[in-house]
Amino acid sequence: MIECQNICKIYKSGQTETAVLKNISFKVDKGEFVAVMGPSGSGKSTLMHILGALDKPTSGIYLLNGYDVSKLSDDELADIRKNEIGFVFQSFNLLARATVLRNVALPLVYAGTSRPEREEKAKQALFSAGLGEEHWQHLSNQLSGGQMQRVAIARALVNDPAIVLADEPTGNLDSKTGEIVLDTFQRLNNKEGRTVVLITHEPYVAEHAQRIINIKDGEIISDGKNNKRRLVNGK
Amino acid sequence: MKTSDLLQETYFALSANKVRSGLTILGIVIGIGSVIAMVSIGQGAQGSIESSIQSIGSNLILVMPGFQRGAGQAVSAGRGSAITLTQADADAIKKEVASAKEVSPELSRRYQVTAKGTNTNTQVVGTVSSYPGVRNLQMDTGSFISDQDLSSISKVAVLGPTTRDDIFGQGTDAIGQTIRISGVSFKVIGITKSKGGSGFGSQDDMIFVPLSTSQKFLANQDYVTTISIEANSQGDMQAVQQQVTDLLLQRHNISDPQLADFSVLNQEDVVATASSVTNTFTMLLASIAGISLIVGGIGIMNMMLTTVTERTREIGLRKAIGAKKRDISLQFLAESTMLTFLGGAIGICLGWLLAFLVARFAGIATQVSLFAVILAFGVSALIGIIFGYYPARRAASLSPMEALRYE
Repeated sequence: MIECQNICKIYKSGQTETAVLKNISFKVDKGEFVAVMGPSGSGKSTLMHILGALDKPTSGIYLLNGYDVSKLSDDELADIRKNEIGFVFQSFNLLARATVLRNVALPLVYAGTSRPEREEKAKQALFSAGLGEEHWQHLSNQLSGGQMQRVAIARALVNDPAIVLADEPTGNLDSKTGEIVLDTFQRLNNKEGRTVVLITHEPYVAEHAQRIINIKDGEIISDGKNNKRRLVNGK
Repeated sequence: MKTSDLLQETYFALSANKVRSGLTILGIVIGIGSVIAMVSIGQGAQGSIESSIQSIGSNLILVMPGFQRGAGQAVSAGRGSAITLTQADADAIKKEVASAKEVSPELSRRYQVTAKGTNTNTQVVGTVSSYPGVRNLQMDTGSFISDQDLSSISKVAVLGPTTRDDIFGQGTDAIGQTIRISGVSFKVIGITKSKGGSGFGSQDDMIFVPLSTSQKFLANQDYVTTISIEANSQGDMQAVQQQVTDLLLQRHNISDPQLADFSVLNQEDVVATASSVTNTFTMLLASIAGISLIVGGIGIMNMMLTTVTERTREIGLRKAIGAKKRDISLQFLAESTMLTFLGGAIGICLGWLLAFLVARFAGIATQVSLFAVILAFGVSALIGIIFGYYPARRAASLSPMEALRYE
């Protein structure tokens, strides 16, 4: 489903060049739940930007569903994001004074979907994300952190993306609500076959995934099945 | 992005901070409001002046003694010391100029007028029976000077209502009373209807006597100070003006038109001059008001720039979920344009109200033209687009990566 081949990212600042990613190569199949783990400065954020079509690699190929995304124009990248990517951010990034429904439906506004269809899809996504109907007309700034993140997850699902990219999704949550959010990802992966790529610096969080890719100083130092799987709901 | 969705997003964005939106459009409201009000007052003033010029006679051509001046200059009282026009000239015009409907010679001077203990200094116009027709004057009570009065050189007088008020007291029936003009007794035979002030000295504050009487007993001269001519129609005015000029040049034995000892004034020229004066004035006022529109536009631009900075993360998010540069710039352009359009609409209502109040309480006529309203809408939308363009571009060119990281 996604394949990185020798991805390199080099930042030029005046005369100095900084290689943030060096020859990153890996594959993620449909339905996998992968964690990309690394300390601060390891390049994981840069990798996430490239995976999410927010940035282009300096060299290398990024294949998304067999399509080379690494050389697209800005507008084409935007289309990729619209159709294939669902983002979940550490700081939620919801529209504060909009209702839950409107927040979730927002990606479909840019897709040109009609209003009734948008609402329908938003409701389905909210079901998947596990946020009850009683909250749907609330303004997002009236919700708790855990609820807001689940709205964000619903928003990431609404356009039926190829991958859900979560960047430190539990970073702004306490451990209990963090568990609920991680449970949501596991459920989406298990029950709905969603492909989830989760970026984190915490081993505890990474261990909720099926597979962990360790990244340090811009290089993958390990990539394999997670043997210490933490399942929130036992199964 | 659908248009209806765009409008909805715009509405949400603007109503998120109603106070700020309201204050921002204040500049536009005031600017458009004052432009509308100014232009309405100007148009109304022009209409007033035009109609008051028309009210002293329609299709009017005035012949006055004194040297020719260039066409289109402002009319003065024409009371030069030149003594060159006579009643014979007037008669000749009546006879020879075919399109001259009526001709009315006048001898106009100020005299001391006394009656029953009051003493006033008024304009006394010696004229003929055709004067009311040519000069659009109507009688209130009594009658005007007749041809009989003229031929018998009677000492009769017709008063304007203001003069009647000044001499006899307001509203008194003055018919049959005696007044003394420059010591000579006259009998009042009529009062004219009030016409209000015109730019040429109010006809309400005049006394009319037979021309012959004025020449013999008051002025002791045979000249006239004005010959008023009513042309058959508006289309004949140019022709009449030319024919009268030619005729008088011939009668006065002047070969070079530049050296004519009289002026022939076309009422249309006067109207045109007055119009151009009010036009210039209106435009000046509107320009000053227009400056406040520019200031308002700068205010919009400033507010939009602030908004863009405040919503940097939001812009980053929208881009992350698939908004293109064009979607973002359209969104912000729509916000600024909707703001200014709304400001324009409120400003138009305000200007209308102002024009109405001015007409009501200051007595100055005003006229809100549809053209001005449409123009105002167009200008306010344009201001939104022009002054919103730069902030919209700034927003659209934000990098989503950096925007999402923005504190």
